[in-house]
Amino acid sequence: MVDFGFGLVPSSRMNLDLFDKEKYGELSAIEPDVRICMACGSCTAVCTAGKFATTSLREAIEDIKNAKPEKALEMLRACQLCGKCSMVCPRGINTRHLILSITKVYSAE
Amino acid sequence: MTPLFQLLAAQAEVPEVIDRIPSGYSHFVIPFTIGITFFLCWIGVGCVRLLAAIPRTDMIRFWKSLFIPKTIVKNLKDLFGDCLFHVKIWQRKPLLGYMHSAIAFGWFMLIVLGHIEVALFVPARLNVTRGGLFYPIFYRYFVWMNPGHTTLRGSFFFFLMDFFLLYVLSGIALAVFKRFRSIVLGMRHTTKPSLADRVALYSLWMIFPLRLLAESFTADLSGGSFLTVGVNHFWHFLFGDKLWFTPCWWAYSVCLGLFFAAMPFSRYMHILTEVLWILLRNAGIKPHHPRKGVAEAEIYACSSCGLCLDACPMNVQKKNLKYSSVYFIRFLRRHNEKKINTIADKCLMCDKCHALCPVGVDAPALRRAQRTTVNNSLPYDYSYLSSAVSAGHLSGPGRVHPRFAAAEYGLSPAADPAERTDSPVADDTMKPEVMYFAGCMTHLTPRIIKAVDKVFKAAGIEYVFADREGGICCGRPLMLAGRTDAAAKVLEANKKMIEESGCKTLVLSCPICYKIFKDEYGLEGIKVVHYTQFINDLIASGKLKVGMSEEKMVYHDPCELGRGCGVFFEPRAALSQVGTLVKAAKEYDESICCGGSLGSLTLDTRDRAKISESSVANLLANGPDTIVTACPLCLKTFSEAVSNSRVPMPVVVVKDFAEIFS
Repeated sequence: MVDFGFGLVPSSRMNLDLFDKEKYGELSAIEPDVRICMACGSCTAVCTAGKFATTSLREAIEDIKNAKPEKALEMLRACQLCGKCSMVCPRGINTRHLILSITKVYSAE
Repeated sequence: MTPLFQLLAAQAEVPEVIDRIPSGYSHFVIPFTIGITFFLCWIGVGCVRLLAAIPRTDMIRFWKSLFIPKTIVKNLKDLFGDCLFHVKIWQRKPLLGYMHSAIAFGWFMLIVLGHIEVALFVPARLNVTRGGLFYPIFYRYFVWMNPGHTTLRGSFFFFLMDFFLLYVLSGIALAVFKRFRSIVLGMRHTTKPSLADRVALYSLWMIFPLRLLAESFTADLSGGSFLTVGVNHFWHFLFGDKLWFTPCWWAYSVCLGLFFAAMPFSRYMHILTEVLWILLRNAGIKPHHPRKGVAEAEIYACSSCGLCLDACPMNVQKKNLKYSSVYFIRFLRRHNEKKINTIADKCLMCDKCHALCPVGVDAPALRRAQRTTVNNSLPYDYSYLSSAVSAGHLSGPGRVHPRFAAAEYGLSPAADPAERTDSPVADDTMKPEVMYFAGCMTHLTPRIIKAVDKVFKAAGIEYVFADREGGICCGRPLMLAGRTDAAAKVLEANKKMIEESGCKTLVLSCPICYKIFKDEYGLEGIKVVHYTQFINDLIASGKLKVGMSEEKMVYHDPCELGRGCGVFFEPRAALSQVGTLVKAAKEYDESICCGGSLGSLTLDTRDRAKISESSVANLLANGPDTIVTACPLCLKTFSEAVSNSRVPMPVVVVKDFAEIFS
């Protein structure tokens, strides 16, 4: 990574060189809907588990695109697959399968 | 004139049937003997392997069940009803029932009667060492009827044999016709046969015409009745005295041999496996693995008839035919992992294929078991559950107790916090006995919550609102996705909360919740009811006053409520008190999933919309003003389908069950 001479707090740092194209390809092959998310956050707003734990599908998708898959997995651990998010998604994303697929693809090492 | 008894005595001395071929053997029996021997070995080994894969506890349960009178009665009823008389097919599609029982029951009777004939006339031949395996099958070839000594008993059997042969032939004719125009027999789609299926199918079709040919050629010697003798006369008319016995008997034997050799790999394995499957099913043993033990019996019991093809709501689009249960089971048989997973994930779990299956194969349960093999090991972290529902603080940290929350909105005077502090003695006695659990989906459709509250108020029911401020999921969606371990955690947390609340009745407005609360939670001393049942009881007991209106309504059976829990009549009974209930084109067991089901993991929005469209069209068959449903998911799906419909549609309102009474 090029040193520009100034620092960022590690939590705000984003290194897109680390973005795993292969895994993202694998994910979008089994659930193409990951590409059409527009990050509106409806899923997070209605989330059943979100009332009690930090969990957000929107953030998880962002995290994957920002090369932070561990954070994405952390975001989805509390999910109960109740399916409210799929009912409200304006893009008609199959959220339950997306959550399962992200967990499947990124937790397999 | 000789008296009858002397005549009978004289006849008894002269044999009616003479062993034409003393060795009781001819080379043409070889193909059949090879086929049937292979088949018997295969089935013997298969049966032992299958039973060995069943866990010990289940096995004990199975053997015990064979001695429980209630199960014995059910076993006998199912064995005779399903395996022999095919009652379920008759009831649904009479023509199909005729076709199937003509072939199956007719053939069964031919085999049984053939053996009885041998037992009566040449009993020594039943011994396996003297050709017992093939002799009764080719009985007519080996014997000679003593002319002038045929008794009434002999003629009776001749008649029966010919009658059942004709019965089978009529069934075969229908079966051949069905290959070309299945719709006439009530099936829009039929299964695409596999290679083994084809071999078995074509040899099965050939067996009976060849049998008629062979037996009619021999009818001169071995006798016959209206059919074989008639055809025999025809041959004489055509060929004079040159009749070809041997080629016909050879062809008959080859077809039989081919059929039995192909049977283990074809759909016809269901003929025998069904017996085992019925016994296992009635013993209450559930599959733990999608392929082993009980599941194997289930897989081989599938007759691949394809009734599930027309049943499946996905099949409004032809491209989805390949995801039907019949193909799922075929790929399970072939261990084709990739295809199994794809098909397992697609299913809506509406359970219609299971409800309509003539063999009772629970394909959705197998799909769930398959999903478990993939999804159960995925990581999860539900540590928050204990805090979410701990000590009655269901509504989460920092929020009001649900009991108080309900009171805040003036829903339940008994739970008023002020009253509670004023009169602490009333603590236990004033506790409402009814608990209402809305569930995730109902929270997305608050109109249901409002309507339920109105109904409860009108009937003077005091209740605790378990998840007013947001509870956790019931666990059913996790279970449907195959995450049984995770579901168990959610289940445990909810169970604790409900048992601690001290309620006596738990009312649910979501059939998905209702199904799991009823089947899996095991809530001791708590009555779990769906709000359709609860409201129906309120009306019946006079607590809720309702008035008749002009409204024409159609009721949609939600999958989990109707087929899942068997609640068909309560909602209809209640609705018929307030309006005219019209029929949908398909209802009860045959109702069509709304398309919004949580069961499917991979079905996309567009395919779902197609299903909703067909489901709405099914409901509108008799021109109702209102579609009534009792499931928040159906309500949302139908509302969207009706308002977004691209095809012109009559004006119709979608309402929830509770809204009708509020």
